[in-house]
Amino acid sequence: MMPDPVEIAFVIAKIGMVLFVILTLAAYLVYAERRLLAWIQDRKGPNRVGPQGLLQPLADLVKLLTKEDVCPPAGDRWLFFLAPAMAAIPAIMTFAIVPFGAPLRLAGRDLPLQVADLNVGLLLFMALSSIAVYGVALGGWASNSKYALLGSLRGLAQLISYELSMGLSLVPAVMLARSFRLSDIVAAQAGCWFILYQPLAFVVFLVSILAECKRIPFDLPEAEGELVAGFHTEYSGMRFGLFFVGEYINIIVLGGLAATFFLGGWHGPVLPGILWFWGKALAFAFLFIWIRGTLPRLRYDQLMHFGWKVLTPLALVNILATAWWLFLTGGA
Amino acid sequence: MRVVDDITAILTGLWTTLKHILRRPVTVQYPEEKRTPSPRYRARIILTRDPDGGERCVACYLCSAACPVDCISMQAEEVEGGRRRAAWFRINFSRCIFCGLCAEACPTTAIQMTPDYEICKRDVMDLVFEKEDLLVAHGGKDARYNFYRHAGIGVTQPRGEGAEERPPVDVRGLLP
Repeated sequence: MMPDPVEIAFVIAKIGMVLFVILTLAAYLVYAERRLLAWIQDRKGPNRVGPQGLLQPLADLVKLLTKEDVCPPAGDRWLFFLAPAMAAIPAIMTFAIVPFGAPLRLAGRDLPLQVADLNVGLLLFMALSSIAVYGVALGGWASNSKYALLGSLRGLAQLISYELSMGLSLVPAVMLARSFRLSDIVAAQAGCWFILYQPLAFVVFLVSILAECKRIPFDLPEAEGELVAGFHTEYSGMRFGLFFVGEYINIIVLGGLAATFFLGGWHGPVLPGILWFWGKALAFAFLFIWIRGTLPRLRYDQLMHFGWKVLTPLALVNILATAWWLFLTGGA
Repeated sequence: MRVVDDITAILTGLWTTLKHILRRPVTVQYPEEKRTPSPRYRARIILTRDPDGGERCVACYLCSAACPVDCISMQAEEVEGGRRRAAWFRINFSRCIFCGLCAEACPTTAIQMTPDYEICKRDVMDLVFEKEDLLVAHGGKDARYNFYRHAGIGVTQPRGEGAEERPPVDVRGLLP
């Protein structure tokens, strides 16, 4: 079958647009985080570069790009240079499966606002989120520094504690939507958002993605104050910037996914779908920043206890309850 | 219930930080807005003068002895009429810690602290202030006080003519 050139053009245009929007948003999320944290602490935050400091991300970019790119002499050069990309790329790739708006009708064709509508979309997300931690683990390992290694060890310990509960908390959503396809999950929430059926799964998922983003209260792999900067201690210049950008892209993507799985994706009254989606995703970003400004860091045995002894059993019980409910109401 | 308490604690914390987002920041945007320090603020040091315009400093070395970082140095001399003063007087502000002990030690309130805190310089040598940089044309905090009117017996006025001083009693007149 010959692929339709118009179709290909559409897909490429969508990829370009998504990349542009995501990277810009990630840069401005750094600015938003610095501003919000400053307000929480009764400060003003960056307000010097441009009006209200709005050009700060550009200044940061110039700074990161012009800084020296140092590799520790005893480090593993190849892995060291590869790790930041391994942290950032899965985060960007995950966005390919997120439906970020109602399908458009353009030039006589249906144009879904989603880069790839895979029938295993949810599984792809789980897979990519596991790959992302390789960047953390290998970056810390290749640095050949004790702090970086401790940070990546913690990253791995964290992964095994939150990932199971994250996967299990998504099972009820799949059971309700009867599909792994994200567009189907969104379509199933046209009437009623899954958060109303599954508040528990939503909370478990929220805590798990906080851990997945490596943000306070679960920023153990970085833990400045204990581990200098954790896994990216030895990084400088744009490689450090890639870790950083990857983290912020992760916030946007996971916020978007939380909106997709539990808050009805782009569904919402009055306003167009694309605004609803970005509004929800950015509301999650705000929540993450707000939580960072509020809570202290957990110890990493506390996180493992919490993941294994609280979140995972809760998610399992929730699956059982959902299954019973579906069975009794004849939904199955 | 511990779980309920913990969740309440987290929500209380979130509510507190949310309130702080809406609160006015305490930041002072320094070069544009400058805070006026209180009159008793301890910054740049000055050498004040009498109400009559004479130098108050009598070069007693008490300030340089009190200074914990040894940033004050001077040389005493005596001028015509018997008044003492500093031939030269130097404060090294790159060393000064603005503790105010010199001002406390001064018996003539000559050396005083001012609220002028903007004394940064490009060159560290510019922070060494000589007597002419330190000397001001006013009396500072206690403008009316005149040390020599109280203690300058035999130097600026004869015995019995100083402020709050009675003429000397003729002890022979007290004899029975």
